[in-house]
Amino acid sequence: MQWEIVIGLEIHAQLSTKTKIFSGASTAFGAEPNTQADAVSIALPGVLPVLNKGAVERAIKFGLATGAHIAPRSVFARKNYFYPDLPKGYQISQMDLPVVGKGELTIHVPAVGKEQPYEKVVRLTRAHLEEDAGKSLHEDFHGMTGIDLNRAGTPLLEIVSEPDMRSAAEAIAYAKSLHTLVRWIGICDGNMQEGSFRCDVNVSVRRPGGELGTRREIKNLNSFKFMQQAIDYEVQWQIDTLENGGKIQQATVLFNPDTGETRSMRSKEEAHDYRYFPDPDLLPLEIGKEWIEQLRATMPELPRSKQLRYVNELGLSAYDAATLTASREMADFFEATLQAVPKDAKACANWIMGEVSAQLNRDNLEMPQCPITPQQLGGMLSRIVDGTISNSGAKEVFRTMWSEGGAADEIIEAKGLKQVSDAGALEAMVDEIIAANADKVAEYRSGKDKLFGFFVGLAMKASKGKANPAQMNEILKKKLAG
Amino acid sequence: MSLTTDDVKKVASLARLAMTDAEIQAAHAQMSSIFGLIEEMQAVNTDGIEPMAHAQDLAQRLREDVVSETSQRELFQSVAPQVERGLYLVPQVIE
Repeated sequence: MQWEIVIGLEIHAQLSTKTKIFSGASTAFGAEPNTQADAVSIALPGVLPVLNKGAVERAIKFGLATGAHIAPRSVFARKNYFYPDLPKGYQISQMDLPVVGKGELTIHVPAVGKEQPYEKVVRLTRAHLEEDAGKSLHEDFHGMTGIDLNRAGTPLLEIVSEPDMRSAAEAIAYAKSLHTLVRWIGICDGNMQEGSFRCDVNVSVRRPGGELGTRREIKNLNSFKFMQQAIDYEVQWQIDTLENGGKIQQATVLFNPDTGETRSMRSKEEAHDYRYFPDPDLLPLEIGKEWIEQLRATMPELPRSKQLRYVNELGLSAYDAATLTASREMADFFEATLQAVPKDAKACANWIMGEVSAQLNRDNLEMPQCPITPQQLGGMLSRIVDGTISNSGAKEVFRTMWSEGGAADEIIEAKGLKQVSDAGALEAMVDEIIAANADKVAEYRSGKDKLFGFFVGLAMKASKGKANPAQMNEILKKKLAG
Repeated sequence: MSLTTDDVKKVASLARLAMTDAEIQAAHAQMSSIFGLIEEMQAVNTDGIEPMAHAQDLAQRLREDVVSETSQRELFQSVAPQVERGLYLVPQVIE
């Protein structure tokens, strides 16, 4: 029987402000416990929240980047629940009037097995500002729980999608696109290990075209790999349950990376009743057109716009364009390299997605730490384009640049990598080879075409690998034909 | 709308208030009279009036994103019932 998977995501992006959303305490990661928990963060009586302009700016930028409606007036509300790492007894969030309204994001779903890669537009429901809670440490305190409130009050943007994803691959492509986007526009550092980008995934299954099924929410996934595993497990569990005549109960589940299973964390009777109401400590947030336009003027060219440009103007494939815009650093590197060889975008893309990326991976580096500059790489590419070096020579130049530095021209000179393109010299080599191998030449001429490779080998050896391969092939063909 | 004592118990439980039956009865009477007042107010015609999110017709002022607070952990923790290694200790919470 056929089942259709329906997935929607809620992503908490920690905004990269210096201070908390409602107070001037630092948000730096890794400080000693409670040293960044000021009177507001620990909710001492009498304190009042004062909204951080930097947090609002980042929310506006997100709205601009997703073509969303930015509310001229939005409202903060209290979400009430009791937990020791939430000292006020409520989280300040937004309910009815969020700062960012409906938007959209175009995602690239990569090829899986025989499936072709494709693009899809995912609708965003809303994005709202809220504060993070503190951290509870359950181990090692002789039966007590330790509370660190450094994280309490850190600004979050909760980004909610419509249930538009139809597979784990689509959900991951969406999460990755969003992860790229928030870093691209500089509103979130995207560090998933430190919890700066946390994903909640709502999963349900249904008969194709039927009513939406009951969903279960997988909480707090902090890696794309876990997201894949958690969705795969959850989907199979729901299908098995339904096919065995069971019913899905709405629930919040946690993914256990050790077992690869999802397990229900809150049952229905304990379902929270958050009793939202407008926070009387905060006035409505008003955002004027002028402020929005000021921020619009500071926005970088977005990944989607670059992708379209790479495809339409540079002739790259959608896949190449998506790969090159996986981060702003990568796209900047590509564009700077392209300046040296403006007509050879494909070669440029291949080298960056191939050798450069592979070498970064091997050395466990990120693009900003890349030991070679776009100018160095561009210098080398222009020597391939003008025929000075062969592709294999280029690989050697690349390796040397990577480990020892230097400009392509210097390395080519020092290592004698310049290929021989002098027709006279190449012809003389071929003449010698033909004279010394009369028997093989005769075999070749009588129809043993496969011997051509044998002659190519001899010619490359004779030139010490420096012959321009295309030119050498041509001369060999001509001379061997007799 | 009439309020039942079960409603009062639910609200008390959400607010983590332990209440005796007598207290629930008293709270029920008080809350019912508040609901009575609300009912009276709901008779007022508010057609075409935009709801306000705050009693004051003002906009939120914003703070620049600059660190202004230094650690006062020792001071704050001097009134905490129990602390260890910089953490506030609370009775074990099990999810």
